[in-house]
Amino acid sequence: MQTTSHPTLHPTTAAAVPGARTGAVTAAVMSALLGAFLIWGVGFSHIAVAHNAAHDTRHSNGFPCH
Amino acid sequence: METFRRLFTVAVLAGLMAGGFVTLVHQFGTVPVILAAEVFEHGEAAGQATPGVVPHTEKSHTREGHNHDGHSHALGLGRDSGLAPPGHDHGEAAWEPADGWERTLYTALADILTGIGFALLLAAAFVLSGRRIDWRSGLGWGLAGFASITLAPGLGLPPEVPGTAAAALLDRQLWWLATAMLTGGGLALVFLDRRVVASAIGIALIVLPHLIGAPQPVEAISAAPPALAHQFVVAATVSSLLFWLALGGLAGFFYERSFKSA
Repeated sequence: MQTTSHPTLHPTTAAAVPGARTGAVTAAVMSALLGAFLIWGVGFSHIAVAHNAAHDTRHSNGFPCH
Repeated sequence: METFRRLFTVAVLAGLMAGGFVTLVHQFGTVPVILAAEVFEHGEAAGQATPGVVPHTEKSHTREGHNHDGHSHALGLGRDSGLAPPGHDHGEAAWEPADGWERTLYTALADILTGIGFALLLAAAFVLSGRRIDWRSGLGWGLAGFASITLAPGLGLPPEVPGTAAAALLDRQLWWLATAMLTGGGLALVFLDRRVVASAIGIALIVLPHLIGAPQPVEAISAAPPALAHQFVVAATVSSLLFWLALGGLAGFFYERSFKSA
């Protein structure tokens, strides 16, 4: 399975296997979106409970706080 | 979907390990400074300076800001002072973890989730870069993360101990976010694109948010002494450097293993 074993296909290889590169890009975008959502929840959410639970992490990471 | 599953596994492994590691670093590096600053914060707020004794920790500023029998915060850090963000309106009874192991546990949880979140972003960048990745190049990616997420935003908005006056929260968050993204994008243009013009644009993007400048408070006041605030900037920045090196190296290691060509 080239799609899974080579997420970082070279353009030439990607051209030979249509859709492989697209699949890798889709996976990367999904990964980035999930990552951004997690960071937002822990570091940026204005919900009081989220803020209080992650308080020391927010300060230690230099996330804007309070 | 198989690719995403592998990226997710890489990120969870790297995030768990780097997040667990940085929890330890935080307990020795930043958390003692936060607790020390809270003594000043609450001492000033309650009008009783009792350093050496950590009082019950109130971590939502609004609570100590305007609720000590009606009188406002001694340093004017409360909501009515105009320095605190107007939208910062935590409920009076908002839950918070109790000091001690519970607070540490939630810090660990938040550190690990932060680790997984940043590892997911790193893994996505690995894929999109098309570069060869291993633990050593992962260290370089970690350094880029450190520059984008800690150094660049920290120039305008240094890590702060509790009880420091600051501009409106949303303004700071937006500047922070824009700076992190412009720096990350700028570094990608400089290092991943071979064209000279791309490097020039990349450098311009990195400098841009600092030309605009970070939102600053009307008046810079802090409950904690400047030495403590400075100690915190150093502790937070060095902790973050260790975190990003660990995260980058681990993510690179697991990524290479996960996607090794059959």
